[in-house]
Amino acid sequence: MTPRVTVAIAVRVLTQLRRDHRTLAMLLVLPCLLQALLWWIFQDTPLVFDRIGPALLAIFPFFVMFLVTSITTLRERSGGTLERLFTMPMGRLDFLGGYALAFGAVAAVQAALAAGVAIGLLDLDLRGPDVLLVVVGVADAVLGTALGLFVSAFARTEFQAVQFLPAVVVPQILLCGLIVPRDRLPQVLEAVANVLPLTWAVDAMEHLATTTRTGEVWRDVGIVVAFALAALALGAATLRRRTD
Amino acid sequence: MMNSVVAIEGLRVVRGGRPVLDGLDVAIGPGVTGLLGPSGCGKSTLLRSIVGVQRVAAGAVTVLGEPAGSRPLRERVGYQTQSASMYDDLTVLENLRFFARVLGLPPPAAEEALAAVDLGGHRDGVVGRLSGGQRSRVGLAVALLGAPDLLVLDEPTVGLDPVLRRDLWALFHRIADAGTAVLVSSHVMDEAERCDALLLMRAGRIIAHGTPAEIKESQGAADIESAFLALVEQGDAA
Ligand SMILES: Nc1ncnc2c1ncn2[C@@H]1O[C@H](COP(=O)(O)OP(=O)(O)OP(=O)(O)O)[C@@H](O)[C@H]1O
Ligand SMILES: [Mg+2]
Repeated sequence: MTPRVTVAIAVRVLTQLRRDHRTLAMLLVLPCLLQALLWWIFQDTPLVFDRIGPALLAIFPFFVMFLVTSITTLRERSGGTLERLFTMPMGRLDFLGGYALAFGAVAAVQAALAAGVAIGLLDLDLRGPDVLLVVVGVADAVLGTALGLFVSAFARTEFQAVQFLPAVVVPQILLCGLIVPRDRLPQVLEAVANVLPLTWAVDAMEHLATTTRTGEVWRDVGIVVAFALAALALGAATLRRRTD
Repeated sequence: MMNSVVAIEGLRVVRGGRPVLDGLDVAIGPGVTGLLGPSGCGKSTLLRSIVGVQRVAAGAVTVLGEPAGSRPLRERVGYQTQSASMYDDLTVLENLRFFARVLGLPPPAAEEALAAVDLGGHRDGVVGRLSGGQRSRVGLAVALLGAPDLLVLDEPTVGLDPVLRRDLWALFHRIADAGTAVLVSSHVMDEAERCDALLLMRAGRIIAHGTPAEIKESQGAADIESAFLALVEQGDAA
């Protein structure tokens, strides 16, 4: 791994994002708007918003980073830029690290904005420290980036890449505790939920909402980061200098 | 063999379950070498093997004395893929600066490469909005970054107008005169005359290797196209 190359890739990815106003809006503004929409939906039942609000703060960064990363890395694979980079002094960890760094930075801004809106404007009731909300958001977004990088290896077209959303992301959203709290799921589904990464990101947010103790939050963050690292390792295995 | 830029022995490549190259041997020297052959004969596969991004089943590919694709070669070999291989949403200069950073070159390197392909006027244009010929030249500029010792170009002149093609071939010769070996693929036989050396390829095999004059003379042909056809007939008869 060469820091110069890793940073060059991160800067380039961010420059591309800056050019693409619509994607930038999807990354930064849309989570806030969706959050506000939910608040409005549950205006007469604020207790519901307090329960699902934190979960949404975990789901949005994961969802959008997964989508954006899987498409952008697919473009690098199919457009020949990855092949060109592999003839240069770039290691695959530089490539993965560059993407994780760029989207991690975007995630920090996204998490800060979303948390600011939820707490400041929508009166989301949060016991834990606000900063941790951003920490969880970033870990979560890096998880989405890492999984997106990994699955992009199994898609040949952007259309196929988008299909991973319902296949990989939606089941996690259904099982993460957003719809039914995890301990009230059928036993088999609870066991499945427990091995899905998004569950732990949502768990972290829920702890932040309900207690001032931070031990469990850090444990959850640790689990999410471990999943992200595992996904990055899998992603690294799919990045080959020599291809067929 | 000692001072060949690229030495290939017994190269075997299988793609999609079919052998594309099967026991190919060739040595490529300095100057401008043209790799000519019909579509699908394996030109890109051979070039990809030389830059070290093609999975090979057997054989040895040595470039500038090192195994193809090895770390020391990655600053010494410039490669242009058959597609443009750039970021369409970035400007010409941003693309070049990015690849220059990856190569560890200072920022002026990007401007120098742009000047070499005569694209300084489009430096702030977004690559996605350039014409095919302009894009192809930006791709060439990326390959030129850092003054490589070997330049591998996969069909850089395809689809370009005659004037631009003439200019590009003149550029390849200037680059070769400055000491860089240039390997250019094409499936247009009339580009053959512009090369110092020729590799004629068909169905994964090199069927002739020499200067354009040598190849024409060996077949008693007036042009490379006739020589190629004569070689193909001999091969089919054998
Ligand atoms: N990604 C791939 N997977 C499987 N087979 C492939 C792949 N790419 C190329 N091939 C096959 O390998 C053979 C050689 O392809 P190659 O791209 O090297 O040809 P080429 O001489 O460069 O052709 P062209 O002039 O059209 O670019 C072709 O028969 C092609 O079908
Ligand atoms: Mg080709």
